[in-house]
Amino acid sequence: MKALMFGWEFPPHILGGLGTASYGLTKGMAMQEDMEITFVIPKPHGDEDQSFLKIIGACNVPVVWKENTWDYVNQRIGNVMHPDEYFWLRNGIKYDFHRIYTNDLGCIDFSGRYPDNLIEEISNYEAIASVLAHQMDFDIIHSHDWLTFPAGAFAKQISGKPLVIHVHATDFDRSRGQVNPIVYGIEKRGMDAADHIMTVSDLTRKIVIEKYHQDPGKVTTVHNAVDPLPDADSFTKTPRNDKVVTFLGRITMQKGPEYFVEAAYRVLQKTKGVRFVMAGSGDMMNAMIDLVAKRDIADRFHFTGFLKGRQVHEMLAESDVYIMPSVSEPFGISPLEAMQVGTPSIISKQSGCAEILTHAIKTDYWDIDAMADAIYSIVKNPAMHKCLQQLGRDEVNNIRWQDAGLKVRGIYDSVM
Amino acid sequence: MKNICFYFQIHQPIRLKRYRFFDIGQDHYYYDDFQTEERVRYLVDQSYLPANRTIAEMIRSSNGKFKCSFSISGIALEQFEQYAPEVIDSFKELAKTGNVEFLAEPYAHSLSSVFDAKEFVQQVKMHADKIEALFGKRPTALFNAELIYSDEIGELVAKMGYKTILIDEAKHILGWKSPNFVYTHSNIPKLKLLVRNYKLSDDLAFRFSKMNWSDYPMTAEKFIEWMANTPENENIINLGFGYEVFGITQSAYTGIFEFLKALPYHAMEHQIGFVLPSEFSKKSESAGPLSVPYPISWVGNDKDLTPWTGNDLQQEALNKLYAVGERVRLCSDKPLLRDWLILQTTDHFRYMSHKDAYGTHYESAYDAFMNYMNVLADFMERVDAQYPTTIENEELNELLKTINSQELQIETLENEVKKLKAKKVKAADSK
Repeated sequence: MKALMFGWEFPPHILGGLGTASYGLTKGMAMQEDMEITFVIPKPHGDEDQSFLKIIGACNVPVVWKENTWDYVNQRIGNVMHPDEYFWLRNGIKYDFHRIYTNDLGCIDFSGRYPDNLIEEISNYEAIASVLAHQMDFDIIHSHDWLTFPAGAFAKQISGKPLVIHVHATDFDRSRGQVNPIVYGIEKRGMDAADHIMTVSDLTRKIVIEKYHQDPGKVTTVHNAVDPLPDADSFTKTPRNDKVVTFLGRITMQKGPEYFVEAAYRVLQKTKGVRFVMAGSGDMMNAMIDLVAKRDIADRFHFTGFLKGRQVHEMLAESDVYIMPSVSEPFGISPLEAMQVGTPSIISKQSGCAEILTHAIKTDYWDIDAMADAIYSIVKNPAMHKCLQQLGRDEVNNIRWQDAGLKVRGIYDSVM
Repeated sequence: MKNICFYFQIHQPIRLKRYRFFDIGQDHYYYDDFQTEERVRYLVDQSYLPANRTIAEMIRSSNGKFKCSFSISGIALEQFEQYAPEVIDSFKELAKTGNVEFLAEPYAHSLSSVFDAKEFVQQVKMHADKIEALFGKRPTALFNAELIYSDEIGELVAKMGYKTILIDEAKHILGWKSPNFVYTHSNIPKLKLLVRNYKLSDDLAFRFSKMNWSDYPMTAEKFIEWMANTPENENIINLGFGYEVFGITQSAYTGIFEFLKALPYHAMEHQIGFVLPSEFSKKSESAGPLSVPYPISWVGNDKDLTPWTGNDLQQEALNKLYAVGERVRLCSDKPLLRDWLILQTTDHFRYMSHKDAYGTHYESAYDAFMNYMNVLADFMERVDAQYPTTIENEELNELLKTINSQELQIETLENEVKKLKAKKVKAADSK
């Protein structure tokens, strides 16, 4: 079976959880022998792992016919795409896209990030989809997240092949209810056009059904998994006198950082041997620094700024407790990563991953008392820490992308 | 002649309220009275009272042939006294018929038999006192909490003067042996063991109303016939389970009460009698000793202690709790002693099980552990305030001895002074 997937991020250059999830899922699906995946992203860097799928960069797909020599094309984009492929794709141009600004190859420049003109990039992505849909051979279209819904829907319209969309988050999660009508419109149209909708948790499924008015019969939950960490044992914990409690993620409204600060305040009133770390950056960072100062706990509360790559796992491994008090988290992969390196996690019940984890403490995001209690209990009771650590690691190691891949395959088969 | 020996277990824990770590040292009341009362009322109305009425009727209609025994934990009795005194009266009525036996058990329905022998002895005595005070007869048979038994526990029980103890049918203990005989302790022939018939007990307790069970519907006739068809020489069938099976596990509409009422008639037809544990074990011969090197219980397929001690959380909680046992027994502070009992109830530890948290009202094992440990931390602070942990137990004992004997000494000396004074007065008078 050949699947044409539209995504926005792919490791190693990622900005959020979407890239990680796309990578894991496609890798898990590639274990099925007859599965061929072509993954489209706006702007590849050339260092992506292509061993199990084929990546097409939208910024190298011509949408306007320009005459160029083979050698010139080779010199321009040879490092990421074979010139023959460029000329072959050029034959798929069936519509006039002169209205879009293109470069000397007839390609559109994508930032591949989340720029201010995001809406424009999304609609340009549609043009790419039209070329690919005309030229390529595939059995199913799979769109990851709202940014790629219009592209997927357009490809479906052209090819007549079924479209499944994967909802990694909705605007209701990102905005705490202050929904952007344009984004909502794009999401809703995508969902309406889809033959089947996959959500990363039951929580998201419920939002899709209730807020986007979708038929429950066409919405299925496929929980995310976590990539096994081959060098999990290489992350060690430095012995220290104080216990470390860590919050790691974007410091934004969605992640509930202020609840973490309040819980820290409660814990510090009772005991002193605990330090709190807020790792990451975001628009609420300064407000959080203010709040910490106001609560007078700045001597025990630390900010690290943005962490990436190996630093993330190192930070997690150094911690005694990982906490994710998200107000609304469609899935939330980081607690699973923390548990991989043996750090007990406290997660909010409003996170999708709470649906599949047993050996993590779950509290309501607003229940600061419960959160503080859980932190206190883990740092004060070695038995609790040990139990969560061991059983948690075993549990996470059994959540595999392969199984999620099989579930997705089942959905593919049902819509064919 | 074959006999049926019924014994019913009645116990409900006093539930802990949500107790946060910042309450430690501030709030010394640990219980959720509302939840406890609601639970007790529910059990009493749905199960205990209707079941007691049914049993009273069975005794009447069988002309005193029907007999059964109860094991009611001290904690449960306290709850009845507080929330449902009519249940106590109802049991008193049953006690008057003489067809009902009350068994001894550790007062707090605790695991003390495994973790703290001194505590176990004390609790059994406390429970026996309570039973005697309420129902007028001191128990001679013992039903340990969760039917926990091992040779070691057997020894303790025999030393306390009990003649009979009830145990469960554990496959790895009995092997090919049938539970339907009276056995004895491995090296104390005085102590008789009554082995619960696991299959028949569970047929009643759990499968009675299961429609996908091959023997559904179960009738009293069929049930008695099964027992009648056991080999000729097997003379006792022990059926034991929680009393709430009547009316809650098997709700009234399943016909469980009618089933019960029909039992004596069919039993008589097959010449099967009903007996009480102590009287039967006294008059019957033992089929041989049973050796139980490791503790067994009546829960699960493995019949071991894992539902309470299976994971690190439970181990930690139990070790912390029983570590202060000796110290608490030195205390005379009444509220502290009462808390000590309530905190020992097995249910608290069962709630911390990942696999088998039967009856839990917590969201997870961790939740149960957190709450319990917070309460325990406060409790231990209170114990510490009375007898600081900085002083060794032995030293403390010595000090206490001196203090206590000081009083005695003063008393004797005072008496002497009085005597001497009296003598002096007499002497003066006679002059």
